[in-house]
Amino acid sequence: MSKSNFTRRGMLKTGAATGAGLAMPTIFTGAVWSDGHTGFTNAPQGDTVTLGFNVPQSGPYADEGADQLRAYELAVEHLNGGGDGGMMSTFSSKALDGTGILGKKVEYVTGDTQTKSDAARGSARSMIEKDGAIMITGGSSSGVAVAVQALCQEAGVIFMAGLTHANDTTGKDKKANGFRHFFNSYMSGAALAPVLGKQYGMDRKAYHLTADYNWGYTTEQAVRESTEAMGWETVNSVLTPLTQTDFSSYIAPVLNSGADVLVLNHYGGNMVNSLTNAVQFGLREASANGKNFEIVVPLYSELMARGAGANIKGIFGSQNWDWKLENQLGARYTGTNAFVQSFGTKYGFPPSQAAHTGYVQAMLYADAVSRAGSFNPCAVAEALEDFEFDGLGNGPTLYRGADHQCFKDVVVVKGAENPENEFDLVEIVEVTPAEQVTYAPDHPQFAGGSLGECNPGA
Amino acid sequence: MLGLNSKDFRLLLIVLGLTMLAPFILNPFPESSELAQFNAGYPDLMQRFVIFGIFAIGFNILFGLTGYLSFGHAAFLGVGSYAAIWMMKLLTMNVIPAIIMAIVFAGLFALLVGWISLRRSGIYFSILTLAFAQMSYALAYSVLTPITGGETGLQAKTFDPRILDGNAGELGRANLFGLEMSSSYELNLGAWEFTFNTGYYVAAVVLLIGFYMSIRIFRSPFGMMLRAVKSNQQRMNYTGLNTRPYTLAAFVISGMYAGLAGGLMVAMDTQVGPERMFWTASGEVVLMTILGGAGTLIGPVLGAGLIKYMENIISKINESILHQWFAFMPDGLEDLLISLIYPFIGKGWHLTLGLVFMLVVIFLPGGLVQGGQKVAGLFRRKKAEKSATATKPAE
Amino acid sequence: MDAIILQILNGLDKGSAYALIALGLTLIFGTLGVVNFAHGALFMLGAFCAVTLSRLLNTSYTVIDESRTDFLGNPMKVDMPYVMDWFGPEAGAAIIDWSVPLSIVFAIPVMIAIGVIMERGLIKHFYKRPHADQILVTFGLAIVLQEVIKFYFGANPIPTPAPAAFAGSFDFGVLIGFDAGSIIYPYWRLVYFAFAMVVVAAVFAFLQFTTFGMVVRAGMADRETVGLLGINIDKRFTIMFGIAAAVAGVAGVMYTPIISPNYHMGMDFLVLSFVVVVVGGMGSLPGAVAAGFLLGILESLASMGWVIDLIPGINQIIIYLVAIVILLTRPRGLLGRKGVMED
Repeated sequence: MSKSNFTRRGMLKTGAATGAGLAMPTIFTGAVWSDGHTGFTNAPQGDTVTLGFNVPQSGPYADEGADQLRAYELAVEHLNGGGDGGMMSTFSSKALDGTGILGKKVEYVTGDTQTKSDAARGSARSMIEKDGAIMITGGSSSGVAVAVQALCQEAGVIFMAGLTHANDTTGKDKKANGFRHFFNSYMSGAALAPVLGKQYGMDRKAYHLTADYNWGYTTEQAVRESTEAMGWETVNSVLTPLTQTDFSSYIAPVLNSGADVLVLNHYGGNMVNSLTNAVQFGLREASANGKNFEIVVPLYSELMARGAGANIKGIFGSQNWDWKLENQLGARYTGTNAFVQSFGTKYGFPPSQAAHTGYVQAMLYADAVSRAGSFNPCAVAEALEDFEFDGLGNGPTLYRGADHQCFKDVVVVKGAENPENEFDLVEIVEVTPAEQVTYAPDHPQFAGGSLGECNPGA
Repeated sequence: MLGLNSKDFRLLLIVLGLTMLAPFILNPFPESSELAQFNAGYPDLMQRFVIFGIFAIGFNILFGLTGYLSFGHAAFLGVGSYAAIWMMKLLTMNVIPAIIMAIVFAGLFALLVGWISLRRSGIYFSILTLAFAQMSYALAYSVLTPITGGETGLQAKTFDPRILDGNAGELGRANLFGLEMSSSYELNLGAWEFTFNTGYYVAAVVLLIGFYMSIRIFRSPFGMMLRAVKSNQQRMNYTGLNTRPYTLAAFVISGMYAGLAGGLMVAMDTQVGPERMFWTASGEVVLMTILGGAGTLIGPVLGAGLIKYMENIISKINESILHQWFAFMPDGLEDLLISLIYPFIGKGWHLTLGLVFMLVVIFLPGGLVQGGQKVAGLFRRKKAEKSATATKPAE
Repeated sequence: MDAIILQILNGLDKGSAYALIALGLTLIFGTLGVVNFAHGALFMLGAFCAVTLSRLLNTSYTVIDESRTDFLGNPMKVDMPYVMDWFGPEAGAAIIDWSVPLSIVFAIPVMIAIGVIMERGLIKHFYKRPHADQILVTFGLAIVLQEVIKFYFGANPIPTPAPAAFAGSFDFGVLIGFDAGSIIYPYWRLVYFAFAMVVVAAVFAFLQFTTFGMVVRAGMADRETVGLLGINIDKRFTIMFGIAAAVAGVAGVMYTPIISPNYHMGMDFLVLSFVVVVVGGMGSLPGAVAAGFLLGILESLASMGWVIDLIPGINQIIIYLVAIVILLTRPRGLLGRKGVMED
């Protein structure tokens, strides 16, 4: 590898040499006042631009973070013209040409969020302050996404959220500098409800176990409202501590509660354990109210499915994307195969939805910069707002300007009954079209926040 | 000077020098060099060094002097943080009321927890403090969401009332009478770049005050009394002396330091989350103190610095950076070296941390301070052989 | 009523895990006086013994199946476990199915070895060091152990199911005279409870009825005097450390079907196990076991719907609340000895 200047500071050197010894006032260590003042935080100087990939590398979501990082590295390779170009060839916008972004070679720095807000903000700040990152992306939980998004708003850089599913990220905690491609709790509820109704009937009684934190609350609310609207009744809902590992005492009463569906509003380790426990307690074989007892997991991920093993078979849930989409549902989801091909060739296994959303976010950012002709966060935000695109694996998609949320089809899946291979963890049941999961920006589940003004920093 | 003996005064001066010149000391490598990765002189990390230094100094007043091992000190840091952010939301983004209320609330909470927990000693005391902290964490995460913001925590919002601020309605930034915590001056000297951050210097001044007060406490009759409690509490009790008020005072003071650290964290970065109170956070300050050298004045600050440095610097080294470093080597050797180092950097930074803990405690029973003394001792011996004049090492 | 019985069963089951971990921890912490922050990691290592054995049993060679294709469209590689070749497909499949119980045989020697190496190589040098140093070194060790596991097994939970014969659940209620369907309980959790009882009984019997155990008990009470009698107490303590590690290890092995193991499961249990030991009382084995079951049952009862409705959040804090109440009313926990770890 050639010796290259890795940071913005490195690029500063030329400018700095002329004005050595000069003290220059900046805000948030932000603007570059030497050659080429451009008026926003970390304006790229020289021939490279630095992106910050802030993913969980330790803690329970470390594997998900590792997969995200793989996708980001792949995206950087494609942006710089390496590899087979992946989804760049299927992307409806043709602004990217494999010469980096606006002709600047893409470099990146990585950090560990530890799935803790403090650590994630610390890591993001070091990327902004030390490495001169112009955009931060990644993450695997909504708490972290909200925290880092707020930081990026203050610092004046763009935040492209990773895997974050709570309504709050583009609801009450939305920010002008933050954008989310991933779907959200509301969409999960809206997409799942009709499918569940079709499968299990309209007169079901649901029992909710909900992780006792913000994401759990919004997911429960979304699923409840959607299922109750079609006639389901909610018998009970119990909050479970985040740190719980053995869910037996929450699962055991379910069978005698009069409910015939259990909804597990859990994610990650919580979900793996609660589902494993539910199956142990025989809920899959049980029947209640004369119907088969059923379990539903609103938010699915491949890694959770792997962790839950055989227990996941036949359990319904929703996903943002799945690597089999284009093969099974045709050309509407073009881009999927291109991405799976280049990811699989490089790493030997198909990408997860966390990897996909990361890759897409990086591409969308790069494309927006190219179309705007500027790295200025306000210009980028303007280019992203109400941007309609296709060919990134999700079908036609809209980046809504009112709340910076992507609107696209939602994949309803269930755990594979007879997995063909070890990657074949989920089956696609149906795809709920984007219209059905679209809501008004001022929907009550998203109320209470405002984007505010875009902040370009110094 | 300032009521200190010459040795302590010299120590204070050293700390003064270190904190004021930190932007230079922590950025020893030119920006363009490969080693710039190891530079720590950017505002966020410098602020963390100082804030966790304050936290550890406070913890050391309790643990180092009385020997009471609190395993729940993060709760006070958390309470301080919540108090501070509420002050910023309700009153003003000026950091002064936030920090004062952080100290007050943490002190009150410490009084309550200490008053109950200090009925027991030894491990029983540790578990009581742990239990209080874990309850605070669990409740802040869930039931107290209306006050604490739950998982997503609290941030400054545009619609906060901020009744003392003129600019309520727009997004305020933490400031000290208008001087924003996030503002910085950058100084370019040749290939080097140094960042002087307002927030850092505010925190550094607070650290100096905190450090000065800790020296005074260590050297005061009150400090002597606490040490006596550590060496033999029973004997103290037999002499008819009630030690509880002394230990309780130490506990509350140390809780106030934690609250101060929490308030400063909010002042530097207006955000609070409940995981700040999780037991691992309490454990971290214990580790910082022991790692640096419990009972010494400067040790806890060094321990805090080392842990935060590893967390923020080692975790950011990734494989492609390794490839850059070793690019000059032949391919086979490069790959071998990278595969040897790779498990210890980036996502493996915890492994390095664990190994450092073990190595330090095995080879330096007194923590980093003892390591420093050993080095200084070697240096002194050599010097003594030459000129027969000895310099005293810093404690 | 049936709901309460159900929760008591859950409590006994949770309590089994707490009691087993606390039992091992008390042997090290309450008696040898070493604050062992690596005890959770020993539990985790035990669980990964089960994962390792199941991986070993699944050691396979690959056959290329031309009739199927993998996700990239290449011919699919199918794994054939060697055990299926050696013992025939049915016996081989049965061995793989029973890998968790088999792991106990595998885990006991491995964990004893790990415990002995840990004690001889590291802990031995820390008996006379301050507790603070013990915390730092064992915490460092715990981090190193779990990072090594993460390096090889990843961070994701690894499903390790119970043998098919124990996989389901059965109607426990009818056995004790309730209506059919009112108390359904999983087989494996009852197995775990029974297993815990056996291990606890074995450890007590060992300490109570063997000469070795008698010497160890004497050494716990007064190490110096026993040493003066010319008995090599150090060697026995090393063995006790090995036994403590094995108890934690088998507790971990049997726990894997209940909770899919991951690399940080030890840290999840660490704090809790200290609480259990201290609530039970320092230096008391029966105290540790009793506290384990007590806290397990209370935790289960506190998670019942109407209890939570009555006192919101009680399920989050019950263990710590109980710990505070017990430590304030009984200065040395349930059955603690005077003077152990009180300074």
